[in-house]
Amino acid sequence: MSMLRMKSSTLRFLAQTILLLFWSALALWASDPKGSSSHGTDIFAPASTPAKSIADLSVFVLVITGIIFVVVFALLVYSVVKFRGRATDAGREPAQVYGSTQIELAWTIIPILIVVVLFLATARVIHAIQDAPEPAGAVQVTAIGHQYWWEFRYPKLGIVTANELHIPVSDPGHPTPTFLQLLSADTDHSFWVPELAGKTDLIPNHPNRMWMDPQHTGVFLGQCAQYCGTQHAKMLLRVSVDGPEEFASWVRAQQRTAVEDAGAIAGKRVFESNACMNCHAVAGTPADGRFGPDLTHLMSRATIAAGAAKNTHNNLRLWIKDPSAIKHGSLMPAMKLSDGDLDAVVSYMETLR
Amino acid sequence: MSSNAMTIPGTQIQARPWVDELHQWLTTVDHKRLGILYILSALLFLVIGGVEALIIRIQLMHSHNDFVSPEVFNRLFTMHGTTMIFFVAMPVLFGFANYLVPLMIGARDMAFPRLNAFSFWLSFLGGLLLYFSFLGGSGLYGAGNAPDVGWWAYAPLGARAFSPGHSSDYWTLALLVSGFGSIGTAINIIATVLCMRCPGMKLNRMPLLVWLNLVMAGMVLIAITPLSAAQMMLLIDRYLGGHFFDTQAGGSAVLWMHFFWIFGHPEVYILIIPSFAFMSEIIPVFSRKPIFGYPVMVGATVCIAFVSMSVWAHHMFTIGMNSYANSFFAITTMAVGVPTGIKIFNWIGTMWGGRIQFKTPMLFSIAFLFQFLVAGLTGIIQSSAPVDWQLSLSYFVVAHFHYVIVGGILFALFAAFYYWYPKMTGRMLSERLGKWHFWLFLIGFHLTFDVMHIPGVLGMPRRIYTYEPGRGWDTLNLIISIGAFIQAIAILVFVANLVISYFKGARAGNDPWDAWTLEWSISSPPPAYNFATVPTVAGRRPLWDLKHPEDPDSRYE
Amino acid sequence: MSAVTTSFPNTATGWELPSRGKVAMAGLIIAESAIFTIFVVAYLFYLGRSIAGPTPQEVLETPIFYTICLLSSSLTIHFAAKFLARGIGFAFLGLWLLTIALGGLFLFGTAQEWHRLIYEHGLTISTNLFGTTYYSLVGLHAFHVTAGLVMLLTVAVLGLIGRVGVKQSAHIEVLSMYWHFVDAVWVVVFTVVYVLGR
Repeated sequence: MSMLRMKSSTLRFLAQTILLLFWSALALWASDPKGSSSHGTDIFAPASTPAKSIADLSVFVLVITGIIFVVVFALLVYSVVKFRGRATDAGREPAQVYGSTQIELAWTIIPILIVVVLFLATARVIHAIQDAPEPAGAVQVTAIGHQYWWEFRYPKLGIVTANELHIPVSDPGHPTPTFLQLLSADTDHSFWVPELAGKTDLIPNHPNRMWMDPQHTGVFLGQCAQYCGTQHAKMLLRVSVDGPEEFASWVRAQQRTAVEDAGAIAGKRVFESNACMNCHAVAGTPADGRFGPDLTHLMSRATIAAGAAKNTHNNLRLWIKDPSAIKHGSLMPAMKLSDGDLDAVVSYMETLR
Repeated sequence: MSSNAMTIPGTQIQARPWVDELHQWLTTVDHKRLGILYILSALLFLVIGGVEALIIRIQLMHSHNDFVSPEVFNRLFTMHGTTMIFFVAMPVLFGFANYLVPLMIGARDMAFPRLNAFSFWLSFLGGLLLYFSFLGGSGLYGAGNAPDVGWWAYAPLGARAFSPGHSSDYWTLALLVSGFGSIGTAINIIATVLCMRCPGMKLNRMPLLVWLNLVMAGMVLIAITPLSAAQMMLLIDRYLGGHFFDTQAGGSAVLWMHFFWIFGHPEVYILIIPSFAFMSEIIPVFSRKPIFGYPVMVGATVCIAFVSMSVWAHHMFTIGMNSYANSFFAITTMAVGVPTGIKIFNWIGTMWGGRIQFKTPMLFSIAFLFQFLVAGLTGIIQSSAPVDWQLSLSYFVVAHFHYVIVGGILFALFAAFYYWYPKMTGRMLSERLGKWHFWLFLIGFHLTFDVMHIPGVLGMPRRIYTYEPGRGWDTLNLIISIGAFIQAIAILVFVANLVISYFKGARAGNDPWDAWTLEWSISSPPPAYNFATVPTVAGRRPLWDLKHPEDPDSRYE
Repeated sequence: MSAVTTSFPNTATGWELPSRGKVAMAGLIIAESAIFTIFVVAYLFYLGRSIAGPTPQEVLETPIFYTICLLSSSLTIHFAAKFLARGIGFAFLGLWLLTIALGGLFLFGTAQEWHRLIYEHGLTISTNLFGTTYYSLVGLHAFHVTAGLVMLLTVAVLGLIGRVGVKQSAHIEVLSMYWHFVDAVWVVVFTVVYVLGR
């Protein structure tokens, strides 16, 4: 049979096509518009100590594996090019070499040494992050995962909120980190805000603990990372890192009971006479359901439905009217309210600042 | 002449009616036919699983797409993973093992031909059962249909409370049934290798493919069974009111994770070790040298098999184990990279000083080496637990394991197809179509899976049916999806090659590659009885010794 | 190219390989051991973690008599196989039937215990974690005993109609390997459930 060789012209053509595709892809990607919020979800843009330790360790690991890659890649390319068969070889076999104990030892011992170095660097960071003691000034938050939203409680401050976490910025000189206890009300979830920390899972009957000490203010984004059901994709996270005064005033506002607005009595009645109270709580009113998010300060949040939609009048109305229009598979049922009742309830919701 | 029967001049052989032929195939206990049945069924499920992947990639082409609903998407990624692991990868590797192991050890058939047939049909039935779920899974609130709990079915998502209807039951039963088939095949392989070798074939003279399939079979016995046990427990929970994974009754969701990954991690080694086997047979032949360091290759594989049983919780770095547990699994995972790396070096050592022939099997093998190197290194990156606290459950992991499974295992399988198709059918696959297949698939593969690492680093979790704009993920996902379609076209070229060459390919003869193991000493395709007389061997490469009597291997081993 | 195999240089005669049946049964035993291990791990992990309902200390009674029955059946089957290999059909059959009787007694004992647990103590597989893990583990073992008894009975019937002789000795050995495995598992289950668990 014919022994097909790669013609050098074919090789060149293929190499050129591949390179062209690669650079176009890169160019396309670079022109991608980045989001408008101040922070993204880039592992290599850490804003907090755990994320920074991880980013530094990642660079270290990448450098080592990168060197290994370059060395072995070079050996591979060299052997494929230097030892390619030529037409003049036909019928003759090369020297049959069966092995070499020294070489085998060398390429066993060197990898073992690399593993030792990698492991020591790794173990250090594992302990630094996981076994960090909780200082006196820490903010404590209990995060409870639900299908498909986040419940946040600040036990010492008497606050209950949902989906959008507010934590104080931490000054490295006088650290005020936030320690989260992670629980779940139903299945497994995972709290992942890449620029603040690595992810930790929320597992029922298995409390977990994580911490972060953000050193810049701003809004940090993330989302649930452990598949939890139909709307896993829309269980988003917004973490607002506030300066000390901002955080204090947020806390005070959240600690107040619900605003009593005389103009919203009709809506309040609709809310309390339908099944809304069974799932939702509004502090200072008879509504104390725990199955859904606490609505006491709903209007202090930028989004609804765990980030699935912006907190606007129209979205709110649509959500209450038919949650599956925004988040199909959400566990909130459509309450089948009349238009009048719907408008009243939305007005009531909009008073809950 | 490559017919599998002797022709007697002057006689007419009547073609058998097709019903008869079909009946022969359905009732066969011949390891070669069962091997081909395994491979054909795997190809069928490969196309189905591939279509599922394409639909997933269309949905993810840009943010907030609505090509499919979240419910359908969740079923698609569950079915894609389950299909590819259990009904493509495992069967195709069992198929090649079935075909090649008896031939390479000079045996007439496997140790238990009827158990062999039974195992195949159990495996195929499992696949049919899984896909029947699309039709039959309806349950409460129509919440049935195909399973949608991910291919790991984490507790408590797989419990009755969160997974009403029968969709999860189809997942459980399909895998339980095919799992028993896998155990049957593993027992068969072990008994065949230990009890049916031809005279002279001591264990240290067996082809590496036989050695590695023996190790794989041993792993199947102790790795598949934990999954079977966990699935029995899940059925007890779902149907008998048990509480194994019922967190409300004090049960543990983490226990399911441990049981699943005690299966799940060795499983991926069960898949890669036969791929190493193909490489260890093909690379030497196309480098025209024996494998470099045969005893080390065997030792490294056994080492991998043992160490791989101790790394499972690196899939669980984020679940909140304490720092000592995390450190333990980090170091064992790093450790398993050492024998794996040794194998790569030995393959390079095999090519070194050789005379490399760039036929299609070797093209796929060389690509395997580059890609498996990268895949192994991204594995080492994730073995560092804190780094994994960012990368786990993101598209970085998806990129990593597809790099191993597609870039490693599938490329090795393609090499195996091009290398052994002539033996199985008596015809050569077209080199021209083979090269088109190779380059198209290579370009598509790298476009998809090289780029896929980036969204992971940029915070994109896995198993999401859509994503937010403005995170920098849009264009990357578009490129990834385009690469998927290029791979699909390459697969079509491959299938076309398989079909066209069956009818029009050049006749292969006994030994088209000038190779050295026993299967190349008989006709292509082999006669039903394999060997007219039982061979006796005196070295690791019986045909090399025959072709080069002045320089046999046994002088140097 | 012909369809005849090429021949290879001769090597020494006396090429002996292990028996297929024994290797296969060893493989099956390894696989089954892994399954049992997982159930034992679950049992041990959940000890003391039931939220409510009966506990092992409250309701379990150590089945010493039935354990002795099962373990002695290993002795009887061992000697039955030995007698068959020497061609002493009567002794083989007698000991074989005794093995079945002892195995049957063991199952009866399990049934009795379960009856007591369910009706007197209200412990079922769905009562609590102890119930789930206990019935699963002991039940899985009892299932394997049952499967073994079915095979032993089949051989007994064949033996009674005169079809089991010295030639079947190897098969009987393989089957008795399975039976020994079932007994060994009981040793583990007994220790874990009735000794460690209380």
